[in-house]
Amino acid sequence: MSMREVKVCLLGEAGVGKSSIAHRFVMDSFNEKQESTIGAAFMSKTVKYNTQTVKFQMWDTAGQEKYKGLAPMYYRGASAAIVVYDITSFNTYNVVKDWVRDVRDTCDTEDFILIIVGNKVDVEEKRNVPRETAEKYCVSMGAHLFECSALSGKNVFEIFEKIAENLPSENPMLHHKRDTINIRPPIKEKKKECCKTQ
Amino acid sequence: MDETYDVIVLGTGLTECILSGILSVSGRKVLHMDRNKYYGGESASITPLDDLFKMFGQDPVALPDGRPRDWNVDLIPKFLMASGQLVKILIKTGVTKYLEFKSVEGSYVFKGSKIFKVPSNEKEALATSLMGIFEKRRFKNLLTGINEFDEKAPKNPNMTPELTMEQVFKNFGLDENTRDFCGHAMGLYLNDDYLKKSCIEPVSRIKLYCESMARYGNSPYLYPLYGLGELPQGFARLSAIYGGTYMLDKPVDEIIMEDGKFAGVKSQGQIARAKMVLGDPSYFLDRVKKIGQVVRAICIMNHTIPNTNDAKSCQIIFPQNQLGRKSDIYVSMVSYAHNVASKTYYIAMISTTVETANPENEILPALKIIGPVLHKFVKVHDCFVPKDTAADKLAQCFVSTSYDATSHFETTCLDITNLHKNITGEDINYANIVDPDESASQGADQ
Repeated sequence: MSMREVKVCLLGEAGVGKSSIAHRFVMDSFNEKQESTIGAAFMSKTVKYNTQTVKFQMWDTAGQEKYKGLAPMYYRGASAAIVVYDITSFNTYNVVKDWVRDVRDTCDTEDFILIIVGNKVDVEEKRNVPRETAEKYCVSMGAHLFECSALSGKNVFEIFEKIAENLPSENPMLHHKRDTINIRPPIKEKKKECCKTQ
Repeated sequence: MDETYDVIVLGTGLTECILSGILSVSGRKVLHMDRNKYYGGESASITPLDDLFKMFGQDPVALPDGRPRDWNVDLIPKFLMASGQLVKILIKTGVTKYLEFKSVEGSYVFKGSKIFKVPSNEKEALATSLMGIFEKRRFKNLLTGINEFDEKAPKNPNMTPELTMEQVFKNFGLDENTRDFCGHAMGLYLNDDYLKKSCIEPVSRIKLYCESMARYGNSPYLYPLYGLGELPQGFARLSAIYGGTYMLDKPVDEIIMEDGKFAGVKSQGQIARAKMVLGDPSYFLDRVKKIGQVVRAICIMNHTIPNTNDAKSCQIIFPQNQLGRKSDIYVSMVSYAHNVASKTYYIAMISTTVETANPENEILPALKIIGPVLHKFVKVHDCFVPKDTAADKLAQCFVSTSYDATSHFETTCLDITNLHKNITGEDINYANIVDPDESASQGADQ
């Protein structure tokens, strides 16, 4: 059985806990003093589910989301997007719609998996976004909703299980990869068929 | 943005993004702004297609069988030389892993009234119909000489550093057509000025062509999926990973100078301060001078270019002498195979240095070769260079050079090397770049 590589984009307002969710999933730990993301482009983790092995590659926004600076390149070849908001801040929920529109504009393939995640359920008492509100929206968008806590770990692994469950039977990333060239490392390249003249 | 930075970078063209990435990696605090909503400046790929129509003042037209989002249309026509500087920078910075490349399928040259495949190795040289049997042998000798050339220990008296390229051609007995072909189709010179100069540069350029060709096969060029605009985005990501701040859709209202030195940038009522500023010419019109113009025509087609073996990507060079011009005309074509157009569509770009008052007429010979065009977008671009780099250095305002008419990024890389030296006083040291992804946390397998 071959391993499937799956690119996952993490999106959402700065400070909602994108990196913390990735960190919880990959390392199963939480860093209280997690500052704005610097120095890590993506994290990866390989998980075995019942019938398949999935290597998740989680791309971080590297802070480029702050001032409308997220490049379209970020979405290239992604199979899924996790759009995160903070359940204690209605504002972060409101901008989820902008991110979803962005995602839909850039990767509108049928198989694309869209997951909307309300983070910070560990501070339920400060909740500002009712679950029902988010649920209604997710149903209308064909997205899956999760409420989780990167701090406690609640519901984080389930998000990725859902992605694995919903992967299309063939890896969409392979479609255009067939005749691309790996320029790295430069020396080991084999020559393609050459010297064809008209 | 009311903060102090080490460097403010204006414009997200390739030159600016590469420097922004390298400066961030070396620990400098960078603020990078662009007045446009998209990355890339002059080196952007425009998406969706409707935006391209609008950019050229035309009403958007929906093309059958496709979505406007399928399109990423380059504004400048360039390829990467497989063995060139940009590929080296991509590998050394690790930015290559954000990108996927395809080899450009063919390289052609115009002679008489037809196009011919550019032979690039000895076997092809002997098979080409571009030259006669005796000329072929002389051409092969030149290639062998170039391949063995060592400027410090020249062995072949017919090719020494003191000789001009014109003399070298003469020594090898090459006729006018073969000279044209070597200098323009392989050396990629835009005009004949190189003939009177030392043969060192032309020889190394032809060598670069042959080495690039040998690397992946059918042509010396690589092209990134989703268009050239992916290149600046990749380097912007490198910068962001190292703490660079990115702001798009941000007008630059004023560049603030204090005592003749750069102090800050004003945008929408806010001021960001820094020790220095770097940007493309469009942000520093008072610090640059116009050295010429390039005309570029973006042509959308629903067919491949005739006589190119149905290539889904190619380059055609029209050497100046074949057309009675002073500079070459280039055609670069890419297509849906590179995720830059809807299925079954092709984008050919014709470009050349402007020589007359009617630039659109100048590109007619190339238009005739590429066949029927569905939509054409023509623009004449001014080419700017910094007026006075010494004064710029005193003012701590560093300005890049406009993208020229060459078909590759070698001159752009030279500009980047020079700017870096001017800005930091040092050469670029790639050894400092630790690949962030190699060191990023890798989760334990479950």
